[in-house]
Amino acid sequence: MRNLFRRALPLVSGEAAQEAAPELWVRCGRCREMLYAREWEAAHRVCAKCGFHARLTVADRVALLLDGGSWQELDGSLRATDPLGFAPPGRQSYAEKLATESRDSGQNEAAAYGRGSVDGIPVALAVLDMGYFAGTLGAVVGEKVARAFELGVAERRAVIVVSASGGARQQEGVVALLQMAKLAAAAQALAAARVPFVSVLTDPTLGGVTASFATLGDCIIAEPGAVIGFAGPRIIEQTTGEKLPPGAQTAEFQLTHGMVDLVIARRDQKAAIARVIRLLMGGTALQASAAARDHLTAATNGATTMQPVPALQGFR
Amino acid sequence: MTVLLDFEKPVGDLRTRLDEVERAYATEPTSDLERQRASLKADLAARTQAIYRSLTPWQTVQVARHPHRPQTLDYAIGMCTEFVEFHGDRAFGDDRAIIGGPARINGRAVMIVGQQRGRETRERLERNFGSPHPEGYRKAHRLFQMAAKFGLPVVTMMDTPGASPGLADEERGQGWALAANLATLATLPVPIVCVVVGEGNSGGALAIGVGDRFLMLEHAIFSVASPEAAASIVWKDSKHAPQAADALKLTAPDLLRLKLIDRIVPEPVGGAHGDPSGMITNLRTALSDELDQLVAVPAADLVAARYAKYRRIGAWFDQGGTPS
Repeated sequence: MRNLFRRALPLVSGEAAQEAAPELWVRCGRCREMLYAREWEAAHRVCAKCGFHARLTVADRVALLLDGGSWQELDGSLRATDPLGFAPPGRQSYAEKLATESRDSGQNEAAAYGRGSVDGIPVALAVLDMGYFAGTLGAVVGEKVARAFELGVAERRAVIVVSASGGARQQEGVVALLQMAKLAAAAQALAAARVPFVSVLTDPTLGGVTASFATLGDCIIAEPGAVIGFAGPRIIEQTTGEKLPPGAQTAEFQLTHGMVDLVIARRDQKAAIARVIRLLMGGTALQASAAARDHLTAATNGATTMQPVPALQGFR
Repeated sequence: MTVLLDFEKPVGDLRTRLDEVERAYATEPTSDLERQRASLKADLAARTQAIYRSLTPWQTVQVARHPHRPQTLDYAIGMCTEFVEFHGDRAFGDDRAIIGGPARINGRAVMIVGQQRGRETRERLERNFGSPHPEGYRKAHRLFQMAAKFGLPVVTMMDTPGASPGLADEERGQGWALAANLATLATLPVPIVCVVVGEGNSGGALAIGVGDRFLMLEHAIFSVASPEAAASIVWKDSKHAPQAADALKLTAPDLLRLKLIDRIVPEPVGGAHGDPSGMITNLRTALSDELDQLVAVPAADLVAARYAKYRRIGAWFDQGGTPS
């Protein structure tokens, strides 16, 4: 599945250019136009010619959406365990794969969350990262996104989750599958507290992420051209023999099918999100939510019994 | 017609011999034939028990998919004194891969929802092999809400290779339909008991499988993806499904050990397909027991406990960096 999620860019112009000044030019992952790297970065990795939105890191996403200096990452030290002892014959064990992913990406998990502000509005932000393990949903990603929702409830912060994921992490089996239920429940707790949830779908958002929290937003914003769906294009073609028409499962396809509220280019996302949150928080619900808070307090009492488990062998 | 799985062959031979002896005994009941019959019967029971006690995960997958295994409708009809099947999602159509409606188990009115794979080719096609479309999940959603409205406990039965992955399903928002069910079940103010009766794969199973108690029949499987799909992700080749079945820990005993399910419902010796009515009795007993306990709990406590149960799933460790 990884080949579907090949890191799109940057590709360097050619060997000669690479030798001369590797960081000066990048090639657009869609139209192949040569772009001046500094301008491309300043445009948040959007191609000036064709508008292609290349993938962003968590840091890029934070810079794009949050007010400068407002980001405070939480629980960045959570690490995956190997709940199944997943060691398939002839393939990398899960423990080895985690180590490889960390080495290749420089990241330690496929999501980060924390506090920040958007145009002065306090928010809880969680960002999934395609660069680590194809953004797959496992226990740590599930835990971080769940805590983002709970932070939203506890501090009455609007919650923004930016998704980019190949789906559930197979190597965690049913533990990964049940993160979908855990996150749907956490999103419901936020809904009960009447705090807005803005879900941003980026390329690609698939499988268990689409089938859980990512599509439960009060407002769902998709990035232009992003592939968004339940079954990925390859699965659909393999299973049904259907050849997908051009443009199937893009953000624009989902807009015309009534599945997302807005398709918004990167440069306009921050302003749009701020406006939506301000409007949704402008009603009277926020004053009337003591009951909702009590509901969550009761609901989360059991959660505090969760204990961190000791590190498992091999990949500390 | 008897369908024999590969690993059942030794039992099949014994059964053929027993049938021969039974026939001979019927025409001429000698004491020698009676002795032979008794010894063959004992042998057959012992062999069957031995085989089924040590099934490999991949063999369990075969049993879970056995064509003669009882399906949701068999349980709905067999366990319940009354069952009215309701149809349609009130928006698009009636998906026959999901069935449901109000029913009565041991005198108690409940709402039943489950996947139905079908048996003969024609029925299997009509039911899309138990892979529901979005309208199926939306029918389930309608029934869940109706259960809440009338205070009926919900019983769900999972038996699906996964949610249908076609272009039409994508156009109608398969992911959205699944997510809506997860969210609704998470806070539904009535008791919910979920049972995997056959194969319970991926979000397609989970979308009717969130509740207060999660049961599996002894030889059912529950997995993040079908072994074939997981193999094509991990090995890039679905032929490694047997190894994937091993690695995924998808059997009931493994999942109970990992504390990811609540209870195993025992199957008759030789599997549910060998004795459907025995299986139906076992499941009715287990469900009645679970429902008796859950209906005593106030709805608010039920929903809070359900939240806590799912909230604590997932092991991680803190490398001790940022305090929060």
